[in-house]
Amino acid sequence: MATPDISERPVAQREHSLFLLREMLRIRRFEEKAAEMYSLQKIHGFLHLYIGEEATGVGAMQAFTPEDSIVATYREHGHALARGMPARVLMAEMYGKATGCSHGHGGSMHFFDVSRRFYGGYAIVGGGMPVAVGLALADKMQNRRAITGCYFGDGAVAEGEFHESLNLAALWKLPVLFLCENNLYAMGTALERHEAQTDISRKAGAYGMPSSAVDGMDVLAVEAATQEAANFVRKGDGPYLLELRTYRFRAHSMSDPDLYRTKEEIESWKKRDPIPLFENKLKEQGLLSDSDIAGIESEVGLEIEDAVRFAEASPREPVEDLLKDVERRTEK
Amino acid sequence: MTKMTYREALRAAMRKALKDDPRVFLMGEDVGRYGGAFAVSHGLLAEFGPERVRDAPLSESAFVGAGIGAALGGMRPIVEIMTINFSMLAMDQILNNAATLRHMSGGQLSVPLVCRVATGGGRQMAAQHSHSLEGWYAHIPGIKVLTPATVADAYGMVLAALREADPVFIFEHATLYPLEGDVDDAAQSFDVTHAAMVRTGSDVSLITYGGTLGKTMQAAARLADEGVQADVIDLRCLRPLDIHTVVNSVAKTHRAVVIDEAWRTGSFSAEISAQIMENAFDELDAPIARVCSAEVPMPYAKHLEEATLPQADQIVAAAQELVPRHG
Repeated sequence: MATPDISERPVAQREHSLFLLREMLRIRRFEEKAAEMYSLQKIHGFLHLYIGEEATGVGAMQAFTPEDSIVATYREHGHALARGMPARVLMAEMYGKATGCSHGHGGSMHFFDVSRRFYGGYAIVGGGMPVAVGLALADKMQNRRAITGCYFGDGAVAEGEFHESLNLAALWKLPVLFLCENNLYAMGTALERHEAQTDISRKAGAYGMPSSAVDGMDVLAVEAATQEAANFVRKGDGPYLLELRTYRFRAHSMSDPDLYRTKEEIESWKKRDPIPLFENKLKEQGLLSDSDIAGIESEVGLEIEDAVRFAEASPREPVEDLLKDVERRTEK
Repeated sequence: MTKMTYREALRAAMRKALKDDPRVFLMGEDVGRYGGAFAVSHGLLAEFGPERVRDAPLSESAFVGAGIGAALGGMRPIVEIMTINFSMLAMDQILNNAATLRHMSGGQLSVPLVCRVATGGGRQMAAQHSHSLEGWYAHIPGIKVLTPATVADAYGMVLAALREADPVFIFEHATLYPLEGDVDDAAQSFDVTHAAMVRTGSDVSLITYGGTLGKTMQAAARLADEGVQADVIDLRCLRPLDIHTVVNSVAKTHRAVVIDEAWRTGSFSAEISAQIMENAFDELDAPIARVCSAEVPMPYAKHLEEATLPQADQIVAAAQELVPRHG
């Protein structure tokens, strides 16, 4: 898997590396703040943290242009941030405020931003996949060159919608890049306890679809693999399945006591935490100093603090508007 | 005005839409080369090609979901679901996505999807092809539910549905496909939101929709022979519901029979009954009567299926119960 050749452009390489690191840190600090605000009862409902999986969200998102469409899951804070959504509209959404990206109608699991072609967080596992196929169908029928990135987890692979969607996309040669974030658990059920075939990337073969798997803790490897997969999809020969092998460090949700896996397993994965892994690599290459990290942390910290202030200060949607987004009147 | 069948009217409307709007396409099981399980789309593949008349694999969830995604992406998909029982396989996409995305996204998303679904019994297709579940759909905020009972509505409702910004479900009672009638194919707009007063009388209101309109009209003719004059209301659109036409009729007749091919318990007839009570309780001179299907999975044998479905005899009997005997 070839990483972009940037050895001759050390400045660009350094800038891009710092950008990737900043994006991962935005997600990490955002999620930590979300957990804190949840325990302070500022955020309610379900909250599924992305901590540990930052490299998959950030690395893969680099392969998409603003014209492409993105479909994500209920664990989509990382995807939304990596797609460029401001932290403040996400925090406000979780606060249930009118300034939230979905006006407080969606909460943590349902972030949307049509201006960024971020078609949302889907909380029925696998439920976003047919929608992604349709977005790609619309692009193809209208001769747009865009592709659709469809994130889902290993749990979705057991759903019929996974198989129906892969089949339909392959049959009609649609420009979909299926991105399976395999964090080894479908909620609390381990991969080997829910899949007869645990090598998820091999499932694409049943649909004549090319696929590969990549270390989801290595942001550069994810970026390179996704770029290569996206290049394939952009050629118009059909979809691609890329499996991103990762791990979530936190429980499934804030209400999960995490009884189904051992502390040793979690600790062993934390040794491969994608953020220090990347920081150390950059330091070894002489691309990153401690003061760079401090600078990024400080910038990210300001964005997160601003997001909380914004969410706190924002108004709630008036109850009079309760029904206004249920339907629109006839167009013509 | 052009004379045609219900099936031809649906086809003519889709043909017009496919010609007029490059965003429109048809997708579903066997809609192309086979010509449609009920031959509704016969000939459209030859005229518009496989890009716009798409044979889908037997993946109701995927192709309904793909219709949702295509609608989000700027297309105007018409998705055909072969029977309403099969639509259960797509219920996740219909309820959790199609009906929900606009609101859940804070009004950012619009899903202009049209789903055409065959419904209803009477053809000895037994318990997995024959039920009337439109009422379940009418329960869901965010979608519109149309039930064309006439040839004119088969044509007009397809074209009207394609102008909506939100998902529209059109339930076509499968016994109606050979029905003949007149279509105003020069009309520019079609009202689909009002119930139709199909026959007027002063003694009782017979309220129905879709496949039972014909039986209700037969019953009304027989009642007239006995001196009982009935209003017959075709609801046409179950969501949003035009309850005003119903209430106005009940205010005149003071008696109502609701005819619904669904099972009685929790059916749309129960909703009609409740709304009459909420809006016109003081107008009623008798309890509201309902004629519905027997509470049994649809049997195959003809005599059993007939015993299951609402029939004109039962409608006549229910109306006679309510109306005081003359003379």
